[in-house]
Amino acid sequence: MQQAVYLDYNATAPLRPEAAAAMAEAHGLAGNPSSVHGFGRAVRRLIETAREQVAALVGADPAQIVFTSGGTESNNLALGGCGRKRLLVSAGEHDSVLRAAPNAEILPLHADGRVDLAALEEMLAADPRPALVSVMLANNETGVIQPLAEVVALAHAQGALVHCDAVQAAGKIAVAMPHLAADLLSLSAHKLGGPTGVGALVIGDGVDLRPLLQGGGQERGRRAGTENIPGIVGFGAAAAVAREVLDESARLGALRDAMERRLGEIAPGVIFFGTEAPRLPNTSCFALPGLPAETQVMALDLAGVAVSAGSACSSGKVRPSHVLRAMAAEDMAACAIRVSLGWASETSHLERFLDAWSALYSRRAQVAPAVTPAA
Amino acid sequence: MTKQRDRRQSAKAPKQIYLDYQATTPTDPRVVEAMTPFFVEHFGNPHSVQHGFGSYAIAAVERARAQVAELIGAEAREIVFTSGATESNNLAIKGAARFHKARRPHLVTLATEHKCVLESCRRMEREGLEVTYLPVRDNGLVDMARLAEVVTERTALVSIMAVNNEIGVIQPIAEIGALCRERGAYFHTDAAQAAGKIPLDVQAMSIDLLSISGHKLYGPMGIGALYVRRRPRVRLEPLFDGGGQERGLRSGTLPAPLCVGLGKACEIAREEMAAEAARLTRLRERLREALVSRLPGVRINGALRARLPGNLNLSFEDVDGEDLIDAMSGLAVSSGSACTSASVEPSYVLRALGLPAELAAASVRVGIGRFTTDAEIEAAIEQITAAVSRLRAAGPRAAE
Repeated sequence: MQQAVYLDYNATAPLRPEAAAAMAEAHGLAGNPSSVHGFGRAVRRLIETAREQVAALVGADPAQIVFTSGGTESNNLALGGCGRKRLLVSAGEHDSVLRAAPNAEILPLHADGRVDLAALEEMLAADPRPALVSVMLANNETGVIQPLAEVVALAHAQGALVHCDAVQAAGKIAVAMPHLAADLLSLSAHKLGGPTGVGALVIGDGVDLRPLLQGGGQERGRRAGTENIPGIVGFGAAAAVAREVLDESARLGALRDAMERRLGEIAPGVIFFGTEAPRLPNTSCFALPGLPAETQVMALDLAGVAVSAGSACSSGKVRPSHVLRAMAAEDMAACAIRVSLGWASETSHLERFLDAWSALYSRRAQVAPAVTPAA
Repeated sequence: MTKQRDRRQSAKAPKQIYLDYQATTPTDPRVVEAMTPFFVEHFGNPHSVQHGFGSYAIAAVERARAQVAELIGAEAREIVFTSGATESNNLAIKGAARFHKARRPHLVTLATEHKCVLESCRRMEREGLEVTYLPVRDNGLVDMARLAEVVTERTALVSIMAVNNEIGVIQPIAEIGALCRERGAYFHTDAAQAAGKIPLDVQAMSIDLLSISGHKLYGPMGIGALYVRRRPRVRLEPLFDGGGQERGLRSGTLPAPLCVGLGKACEIAREEMAAEAARLTRLRERLREALVSRLPGVRINGALRARLPGNLNLSFEDVDGEDLIDAMSGLAVSSGSACTSASVEPSYVLRALGLPAELAAASVRVGIGRFTTDAEIEAAIEQITAAVSRLRAAGPRAAE
């Protein structure tokens, strides 16, 4: 059988070879970075190099980077540690934001997937308590890019802090902390070709953060626990490559756009989500009414093509997407699948996908007249 | 790229003898070998149940969970993967305290616990709970009579480490477990230093919560586990929320390669524990006997009998603490626990044994482990003897 094709980069990206090489070297080193002897100092230097590499990816100062165990921890640390009781989060946020703030006020989305800025302004004005606004930079399911500069301007005008979950955006589009002017920014290594189990929270100057984990005072008291040296080294290496190859985005965007064109030709009834807004170049989320997402994902898996329905999280149950619901596309959520590309994606991978999908489509058309193939 | 490579080369391991196995252990090459395919080929997200990449990772994570469970006599589903022992300890202590604070607003721990246990307890004090920090006897062991006095029906959790990270003493875990069970309090043990080194059995020892660290047992960094008893069920409030992974106790994408590495490390440890313990005890006793016979005024800190095979903690009379580590520059040893060694305060663990500040400062922790050789121990004997003799010959520095 042919090798399986991976088109689920927004769930996790395969490790970049540069990261794998850097980690292989780090695995051979013994040393706790808190130790003062030579072994400890050697690994301490590795962490600081990686900190510079991650900071450079988002235009931050290395001192603003706190390494964590991943995006979920970063988001929880930001929301739980910011000291603000009033939280405003967008309806399309990742579960790690929504569940970290169960009492948050929910900021609605427009049908195009972008946050409703007028609603944000009203909500901020309606309550004088100092707030934290949490809006992701790019959505994991649809790839829609939020107007973060506008969110920050509105929030700061009302004395609110802004947290931005940039887990899906970093490495796919340029992310510049000074330009975004967000106060807190979450990153995950494994979404940009680094290893799983490591992430970062970028903490803007003047933000006083209460730690989530107490202990040995690592990360300047902001995140206790012995640092994950190979993980951090791999994160740094992946961030360095991601920064160098941001023009890869243009290549992926062209692949994605060509794939969407072909899909529209095969099945004119296909609906693409988020296309009215700026989108990540690697992500395509679409539905064909009447063709359940689970049917598609299973058929594609059998054909050796890995895509996903919704986001990859806890239980394995495919739940209708809360993101599409927030975009007033609830009736189509059960039919939506996501194709997401990355550094190792090639034209041939998309051809495999299109072949498998159109085969499924033809089969279905014979039994379900509602799904009509193009003439 | 070249710049990065140069930096990495400059960070090569120094030519010191590594004797700091309680700070961190080198990753066993067999563990690296087991993990590598999951970094590179089998990179699927273990929560992507809808395709083959994900399923392969799920199966590997579940095998690893069973390997971890087997090391401590638990069931696989009682193991929650975390980012390390600091997180496990935070989750056990804060999680239990927050869940039960209405009816049981009291915690008990030891003055000699790891910083992350003590800091978690202090955090709970700030949240309105009452914490008893029990002193230890001068050999570092818990005073069972005093423990029995302070654990009451108001106590939610007793957190006592299985093995101390600085002095290596092994607490009477089974006795503590029995007492807690009788009083209805949860028993949590930080087994970061103990797991894989000494036999642990959550059933026989009545342990309700147990913390494991990957990088202390020749596994990878950035991964740990918390054992959470199911029968009778231990209830915890999670530290953070999200995708609801790990039965809702620990959200976040599981790092499949690290889980696999921890599992492999536990399997190796279980298979080789007895032989390794015997070898390390022999090396440690060789070191101890040689130093005690060659040097006067050497004190062994902590009980010698109830002790981790690979740990020796020594204090040297009439030696200035600050000079001591510098004088042994060929040895990577620790003067305190790694997490506190950036500050120059004498170890709070040694102070809790009743050591005066000066003597506590003139102490060294020697951590011996899987890759330590006889020749390295002989070299350590020579270097420590020479360093202490030289410092003493130079005379007391601070007579002022």
